[in-house]
Amino acid sequence: MKAKGHVFKYGDNVDTDVIIPARYLNSSDPKELAAHCMEDIDKEFINKVKSGDIIVANKNFGCGSSREHAPIAIKAAGVSCVIAETFARIFYRNAINIGLPIIECPEAAVAIAAGNEVEVDFDSGVITDKTTGESFQGQPFPEFMQKIIQAEGLVNYINSR
Amino acid sequence: MGMTMTQKILAAHAGLECVVAGQLIEAELDLVLGNDITSPVAIHEIEKMNVEGVFHKDKIALVMDHFVPNKDIKSAEHCKCVREFACKNEITNYFDVGEMGIEHALLPEKGLTVAGDVVIGADSHTCTYGALGAFSTGVGSTDMAAGMATGRAWFKVPSAIRVVITGKKQKYVSGKDVILHLIGEIGVDGALYQSLEFVGDGIGQLSMDDRFTIANMAIEAGAKNGIFPVDALTEQYLKEHSKRSYKVYEADADAEYVREVVIDLCTLKPTVAFPHLPENTKTIDEVGDITIDQVVIGSCTNGRFEDLAAAAEILKGKKVKKGVRVIVIPATQQIYLDAMEAGFVRTFIEAGAIVSTPTCGPCLGGYMGILAQGERCVSTTNRNFVGRMGHVDSEIYLASPAVAAASALTGKISDPRA
Repeated sequence: MKAKGHVFKYGDNVDTDVIIPARYLNSSDPKELAAHCMEDIDKEFINKVKSGDIIVANKNFGCGSSREHAPIAIKAAGVSCVIAETFARIFYRNAINIGLPIIECPEAAVAIAAGNEVEVDFDSGVITDKTTGESFQGQPFPEFMQKIIQAEGLVNYINSR
Repeated sequence: MGMTMTQKILAAHAGLECVVAGQLIEAELDLVLGNDITSPVAIHEIEKMNVEGVFHKDKIALVMDHFVPNKDIKSAEHCKCVREFACKNEITNYFDVGEMGIEHALLPEKGLTVAGDVVIGADSHTCTYGALGAFSTGVGSTDMAAGMATGRAWFKVPSAIRVVITGKKQKYVSGKDVILHLIGEIGVDGALYQSLEFVGDGIGQLSMDDRFTIANMAIEAGAKNGIFPVDALTEQYLKEHSKRSYKVYEADADAEYVREVVIDLCTLKPTVAFPHLPENTKTIDEVGDITIDQVVIGSCTNGRFEDLAAAAEILKGKKVKKGVRVIVIPATQQIYLDAMEAGFVRTFIEAGAIVSTPTCGPCLGGYMGILAQGERCVSTTNRNFVGRMGHVDSEIYLASPAVAAASALTGKISDPRA
């Protein structure tokens, strides 16, 4: 499985309140949530994002509230992968559980610039910056989580057991 | 090799003699929690699973607290969805208007969480029950759905930071100051994927309400959970509130910790977290001249009886500064009643504050106190992220109920000791 797209770049501690503000949590419809994705940190995100694009951020991405609406909004906005130095642990679980590909790679998170074209190979964990030609080795998932990812989420994984 | 308190509870619930940090395990759950925002998503997911009903109708708690009493049609539809699910599955612990309170104040009060439990909740502040000596952690809606269906959840066994609390705290220093100080020390990701295990002779100085506040904000340091040892005070609380039997776990003497942090209560001062991260802390004597427009006293962090008592003591017989809106929110119906009987509600209203029915409301920018552009709020809640309580250009200063009440009187962030 691969992802390929242009990069939206953010800093440290992108919290789930700015990914999807609570004023929109009276809905659980992915399309409605996507329409307000990243609104409080980047008003232009939703106008500019194209299917397949990639979010790159620094440490502790997805901190704060446990709202699964956050990875749901990102996925429904068309984002194919989130690369970060580190993820907040609830966001990490939620992304795996709903089938939003994420990958930890401090080197890539620091080096890749906004707008660059990036390809991620989830089988090998290799992240390639097509714009600069640089490659990075991301943190591969433990086998147990790979099974959930391969089943495209926790619901399918439980159903398959 | 020895285990931490968290590791011992997880091992017992996974049916294992021993676990080590980093190990992936599947553990039995004693309680699965959801609220009116996260449960509808979980119900949608459980409907996609090949399961008949829920694993145990007594071991699920559904608490309508975030946008309740419903603020608009969409939130009313969410609650209706959860109400119908609770009714269909005969969920014992479904709490709606009239019985509800803010989930993390309500569940311990109702005796639904006890020492030795493993609890997951689709709310990040589920870590609150660590105050009772339980392992409890926040998850998302899909994990909640899987938990409701199977009664089990997967965990990566966490390593731990040992937080040693020593000394005797001064007047107007509370659990909120302890946890804000700690987050200021280690940062908002200082305990990422780890447990915060609180130990030390200073714990005897901390009331149960202090401990709930501290465990509640473990997530604001990125922690998986925060946990306190069970002492005589914990056991008294458990006996007063719960009919359930509980189990006391203790860390092994040779348990491994990745780090140790010492907090001396003797020198701890009232502490304030400046926008827009809980780690941006200053002691009260460093804050300078910050004028405010609103004060919120409430939430799962600081809406308990002692919190209201601390605020009432400062506000009694005085008037809040003209132009400052002061919103007091008892966290549960019982706390509301107790506050009435203690005369706090009269004190608040006579001082010029309002007293609301229990709700998470303004803490997450839902309703009941949304901030306009450029406004500042001193709040006893848990997060001061950009836009958390309203406009993206508004500001939240996190503080204890005593600091919040003192600030309400002066219209600027103020020292309750002054």
